[in-house]
Amino acid sequence: MPDHQLNPNKWIDLYSDYLFNYTITRVNDREIAKDLIQETFFAGLKSMKNFKGEASERTWLISILKRKIIDYYRKINSNKGKAEVRMSYISDDQEGDWLEERVEDEGYLNAEESMENTELGDAIYNCMSKLSDKQATVFKMKTILGYETETICNELDITASNLWVILHRARIQMAECLEKKWF
Amino acid sequence: MEDDSMKKNFLFISCEEAFHICDKSQYGEATLWEKIKLNLRFIWCRFTQAYVKKNRKLTKAIKISKVECLQQTEREQLIERFNQQLQNKM
Repeated sequence: MPDHQLNPNKWIDLYSDYLFNYTITRVNDREIAKDLIQETFFAGLKSMKNFKGEASERTWLISILKRKIIDYYRKINSNKGKAEVRMSYISDDQEGDWLEERVEDEGYLNAEESMENTELGDAIYNCMSKLSDKQATVFKMKTILGYETETICNELDITASNLWVILHRARIQMAECLEKKWF
Repeated sequence: MEDDSMKKNFLFISCEEAFHICDKSQYGEATLWEKIKLNLRFIWCRFTQAYVKKNRKLTKAIKISKVECLQQTEREQLIERFNQQLQNKM
């Protein structure tokens, strides 16, 4: 009997946001991130028979997604290569502000910071997965998507005071969880 | 005597109310008056101080992590396409 089993009916509810955040931090494009997670779910469906049950469902989906992200970069790699050739236009005898032009870009300098943010993002999603469905939905809509209180109340058919109670409980749990995992 | 109690209620709030105002203030939804009342309690109540500190830390962590998630409409589109694929498989 395998340790883990697949339940594709719950994939979107359980993992779509986590996979989306994982992808967007690596490809920096919302549309591409959406396409990649859709492809990941489709590929997961096709290769369900290959799942051995040794890893968790989420780990298995992440491993598929990682390959999709690599494929995506392979596809655009030829174009990127051309861009790099066009960028290295400065010859040694060229005058001007060469130091500024050759200085490391901000993205490179912030690589460590960006990795830390990615890890923090993962910790936040891990903590969110421990909230009840309702708490997670309200927390996500209010805190991450920045929806207005009224919009959430209408969407979920709850009162404003109900929303604040749910949010308060979610925030306490999130703070405690992050205290253990991150702070 | 009644006047004193009225003034007290007017200025002082319970811990629960302070937590609620603190939550609202994380989303920019607390009024100036509510913030004043929260600050007054913050001065002397260690429970409020602890809660405010934790709450601010959480808000800051989420802000710097730049976490993102799918919009409701994007999620619905994904569910629709996935369900089609799921039916084709079955």
